[in-house]
Amino acid sequence: MRAAAERPRSRRLAKLGLDPRKWDCLVALAGNPNVGKTTVFNALTGLRQHTGNWPGKTVARAEGAFAHRGRRVKVVDLPGAYSLRAGSADEEVARDFLLFGKPDVTVVVVDAGRVERNLGLALQVLEITDRVVVCLNLVDEAERLGVAVDASRLERELGVPVVPAVARRGEGMDALLDAVAAVASGDRRPRPRRPAPVSEQVDAAAEALRRVVEAERPDLPNARWVALRLLHADESVAAALRSGAVAGAPSPDGADRILRAAARQRWSAGPGLDDAMAESLYREAARVAKTCVERTERGPGRAERALDRWLTRPATAFPLMLAVLAAVFWLTIAGANVPSAMLATLLVERGHPMLVDFGTSAGLPWWATGFLFDGVYLATAWVVSVMLPPMAIFFPLFTLLEDFGYLPRVAFNLDSLFRRAGAHGKQALTMAMGFGCNAAGVVAARIIDSPRERLIAVVTNNFSLCNGRWPTQILIATIFIGALAPPALAGLVSAAAVVAVALLGAGFMLGASWLLSNTMLKGEASTFSLELPPYRPPRVLQTLYTSLVDRTLIILGRAVLFAVPAGAVIWLASNISAGGASLAEHAVAGLDPFGALLGLNGVILLAYVIAIPANEIVVPTVLMLTALVLGDAALGAGPGVMFEPGSATAAASLLEAGGWTVLTGANLMLFSLLHNPCSTTLYTIYKETGSAKWTAVSALLPLAAGFAVCFLVAQVWALASGA
Amino acid sequence: MSDPAVNLMIAGGLVLAGAALFWPASGAAARVRRAWRTSERVRLEDVLKQMYKLRREGRTATAENVAGGTGIGRQAVARLLRLLEDRGLVETRGPRLGLTEAGRTYALRVVRAHRLWERFLADRTGVGPENWHEEAEAQEHALTTSEADDLAASLGNPAYDPHGDPIPSAEGDVPERAGVPLASLEAGRHAVVVHVEDEPADVYQQLVALGLGPEVGVQRLAGPANAVRVRVDGVERELTATLAANVAVTPDAHGPGRSRSATLAQLALGREAVVAGLSPLCRGPARRRLLDLGLVPGTAVAARLQAPGGGPVAYEVRGAMIALRREQAVHVYVEAADGGRRG
Repeated sequence: MRAAAERPRSRRLAKLGLDPRKWDCLVALAGNPNVGKTTVFNALTGLRQHTGNWPGKTVARAEGAFAHRGRRVKVVDLPGAYSLRAGSADEEVARDFLLFGKPDVTVVVVDAGRVERNLGLALQVLEITDRVVVCLNLVDEAERLGVAVDASRLERELGVPVVPAVARRGEGMDALLDAVAAVASGDRRPRPRRPAPVSEQVDAAAEALRRVVEAERPDLPNARWVALRLLHADESVAAALRSGAVAGAPSPDGADRILRAAARQRWSAGPGLDDAMAESLYREAARVAKTCVERTERGPGRAERALDRWLTRPATAFPLMLAVLAAVFWLTIAGANVPSAMLATLLVERGHPMLVDFGTSAGLPWWATGFLFDGVYLATAWVVSVMLPPMAIFFPLFTLLEDFGYLPRVAFNLDSLFRRAGAHGKQALTMAMGFGCNAAGVVAARIIDSPRERLIAVVTNNFSLCNGRWPTQILIATIFIGALAPPALAGLVSAAAVVAVALLGAGFMLGASWLLSNTMLKGEASTFSLELPPYRPPRVLQTLYTSLVDRTLIILGRAVLFAVPAGAVIWLASNISAGGASLAEHAVAGLDPFGALLGLNGVILLAYVIAIPANEIVVPTVLMLTALVLGDAALGAGPGVMFEPGSATAAASLLEAGGWTVLTGANLMLFSLLHNPCSTTLYTIYKETGSAKWTAVSALLPLAAGFAVCFLVAQVWALASGA
Repeated sequence: MSDPAVNLMIAGGLVLAGAALFWPASGAAARVRRAWRTSERVRLEDVLKQMYKLRREGRTATAENVAGGTGIGRQAVARLLRLLEDRGLVETRGPRLGLTEAGRTYALRVVRAHRLWERFLADRTGVGPENWHEEAEAQEHALTTSEADDLAASLGNPAYDPHGDPIPSAEGDVPERAGVPLASLEAGRHAVVVHVEDEPADVYQQLVALGLGPEVGVQRLAGPANAVRVRVDGVERELTATLAANVAVTPDAHGPGRSRSATLAQLALGREAVVAGLSPLCRGPARRRLLDLGLVPGTAVAARLQAPGGGPVAYEVRGAMIALRREQAVHVYVEAADGGRRG
């Protein structure tokens, strides 16, 4: 009998990505954004945590497990939310988990310095479930701000355990676990505060509907809350009633009776339900806070205020922003040089010949060593050695700036620029992240909670010149643009050319955002919100670990996954012959006329087709193909074997032999900026948007821009030089 | 390589041809789509709706003013009217035309779908006020009766569309519209807007730009005779007679109602105030977001930081620094922190 009753829950939990056999006690962690919820989570679980996505959602999810007094405890970190009204994907995930996952205990993290604000969410959670423990976090920061919270008074007011804590230092975590265990085992039965009345009109309608709900679903613990949500025409609650996800077995008739009653009551509930509910919630929060919060001084300290002014005043904000960006780049490039060279030596210069030797000595036929080691292995090794070190430096730096609270200020400063393009100020951050890696920039767009602006940020991220394209830019600029200037200025001129291309990319990003927001995305709902969180010292080691695991390795894994087939294709195309020439040579010859129209050539176009997995291998592929087409074995490392010559001069003489001019170089720089995203990024875009249409738009938009710009430059160039 | 001038010309030609085909609203593709949508049934419904509108305005329907109101040619209208008469929806008495009871019910159904859809666009999507009418014009013919009922239920059975026009109930009842023209208001009087006429479109867009919409509070101010000067959301505005004629108000019996407040956008940096409410023009997800951020009546706010280049302003709200764009801030009414009133 019990097993039968349990079954729907386990099915629901499986839907939420959980296996009920693996723990004794399921704990959900809820809270507003910026209350140190993640710190509490980390303090509870340590490194025994797992991150991923919510099933079917692009909302990050963290869960961890540990043992406490012989019980296996599973903690699920819910996304930070201002309310449980499911206004954004994050809020919907948090709400659905509390409602359908039915955790044994829900810990609501409350910032002790902002009790009144945070109580809004806590009170909403109390309406859904009784089994709540409040973790009063950041008590030390509150003290510094002159705020004292009477925890036992708050406990009496709310009717649930309240545990003061400083999660950063691990203080209060044992007490929190004890309280959780007591509530989970039933030793302590919380008697939560009764929900506050909303307004006479709404309460009457809610009460009438609650009676219908209770008559139909007597086992529902939160009938009043369900009634209010139904008055609000909340589709997901209505659907949950129909499917039986909120209570008991599905009973379509009963659900229909409830929904009909809800439609009737909506007449009498009147308009302004949203306003009335928000008002009553905050009124109640203020009432509770008044009884137990004492403040001796208002607002943030003088140092924080001064820092805020410095970081947002135009005269200091923009120079500082550029300086920080330059410093991050310098650290990334300078810091990555050495490990990149080491990896290249290890994997490409040493590893590759060793493998080839091994293959030969093991008696493998030439095509097997060629395919496996020259093709598949070399492409993968190249991607890893070029991609890994910069990402491993860039992402943690970024996360540290974010944790400190600087990045939200950057979004604040740049919002007016992005607003004019119909985008969100936080797109400045995803764009900067795109300079590191577009796939990471696409994932970072999750910080934008308005779906429309988020989509814009995802689709246009490829206009950020990513780390994989910088080497191409620098090499070509040195060979073709720098050579135009007197030798003393060559370095400066080529650097300026690269920066100009990156700025052009930023311009295209704003233009494309404007275009999208005024055509395809016109009329999509959009909400703006940007909180400037208090400055907090970042946790360096934690950040290093999580950004390495969450961002770098995941993206590197995807890149390797796509590099393997690309390496295979490159080798096969160069080594399979038909009619006296390799497939690659046929393709180059076929693409040449079109390339000429764009001021490029067939080699470049083919390289961009077969090197789509990663921009990192475009230059080695171009060089290999050029040598292949020239048919001079001495120039390259053999058909299908990517290589990079020892110096820029060697590359220059090879490319000039291939018929390259300044126009080819300039247009390659433009095309390297303006072409379809690499397949890792495309795959990530598909994962994030769940839409083939938007993935296609993301691929075709920059490609069309690239064709148009290259064509114009080439033809105008020809006109000008012909005249 | 071929001649670059020729290449450029060919490309330019292709771009022009593409634009002619796919330009939004006026491109060939859009025209074809519109023509396809404007089927016989759609035109019949438009004629019925126009006749209903004329009756509400107390005017007699003739083939001329029906043709004028629908934008359908006069001869086509005559043919459509004959069709409608055959179906028992329209009756002619000499040159005068009238709706039969069945015709009125049919017309009301279309009007109901139209206004519900406008309400939906206003409350649930980010479609701008200038596009509500146009989109509803298409949707009114697509919604079935039961779809319209479902939509009404999910919107909380709204009584008015976002312009202040009553939405006919499923039973076909239409409440009377209250209100007097804005121009008839005496100087100094406070009032609440009850209706803003959504046609013609250019006049309506000017009214939207002035911040006028149903439930917005206004105060009539003394001004020149040929114009109407009012205070809207704490800002003085001057309306031409044409504009003012399209706005109906009800005098606020309780003295200065909503028109008293300044908005958060007017709060100087470093100053504090108390939230008095949100503008009725801020709807749907945008409104819910402001509420969730804690901007409910009685909340203390302080303007702290201004982003460069006319960017957002960061306000201290319930202990957090929340950045709001100007278009959000103008929707938050505030009063002076000491409980007194601000100009």
